[in-house]
Amino acid sequence: MTVFLEVVVSALLVFGAVVMLIGSIGLAKLPDYFTRLHAPTKASTLGVACILVASMIFFSIQLGHVNLKEVLISMFLLITAPVAAHMLGKAGLHYKVKMTDSTQNQHLAKKAYLQQHPEEK
Amino acid sequence: MDKVRKFVWFPTPYHSVLLWLVWQILHDFSRGHMVLGAIFAIVIPWIVAPLSEESAVAKKPIKVLSYTFRLLIDIAVSNYDVAKRVLQSNRNLKPAFIAVPLDIKEPVPLTIFTSSVSLTPGTVSVELSEDRKWLYVHVLHLEDEQALIELIKARYEAPLKEIFGC
Repeated sequence: MTVFLEVVVSALLVFGAVVMLIGSIGLAKLPDYFTRLHAPTKASTLGVACILVASMIFFSIQLGHVNLKEVLISMFLLITAPVAAHMLGKAGLHYKVKMTDSTQNQHLAKKAYLQQHPEEK
Repeated sequence: MDKVRKFVWFPTPYHSVLLWLVWQILHDFSRGHMVLGAIFAIVIPWIVAPLSEESAVAKKPIKVLSYTFRLLIDIAVSNYDVAKRVLQSNRNLKPAFIAVPLDIKEPVPLTIFTSSVSLTPGTVSVELSEDRKWLYVHVLHLEDEQALIELIKARYEAPLKEIFGC
């Protein structure tokens, strides 16, 4: 393994880890439930993608042939992450989770809630 | 449902190709598995096709690639944006809900559209209105509501409409 590729692999690993760290910081520090949804959904896709690319390069060289299994993992992530975020957001809406007062257009959240619960109109 | 369906060799050609490709990736493209994968890719759609509902099929496969590529770039860009917002003070944050009017109605393009919105520019799609006319989206930091709605519609909905021809 050449030095150049080693540097590339380590850089990707470190970058991916930093992105995921920022995602976790966001999860801890953002003000309310809905804003907290943003950090992990985005960070997990890019962070994991970087680590998977690093793993792909490393094992392709070590095994001596192209190794594409990581592509499957990233495809799976790309499909599941937004669905999970959507379901979490939907659940938050229907449990009327408190949002920060600075949130604009709160009436839209109310409208979306009422349409699922027409009896509370 | 009709009793006897006309026999089709490849009821879902894209799924067949995808199935074969995934099988090859899992088994490192060995010759035996190429044959086995081909058998699976042909036979499984025969069994499964009658169960699945009619769904929209991509009419312009080349455009799918350009859409995917754009989506990947946008994911990287939106990551940068969200990271920036996370590391800044919470006080500068202007979270908001917006309602995006929808033009597409078919389930498959709609799913791809909502997923794209969730993955990209600081937005998470939260709820779909009952009549499928509005998509409620939560935005991490909203500057200009109308501009964002137009951006989402032009960047993701328009190409999807073109791809699926609906």
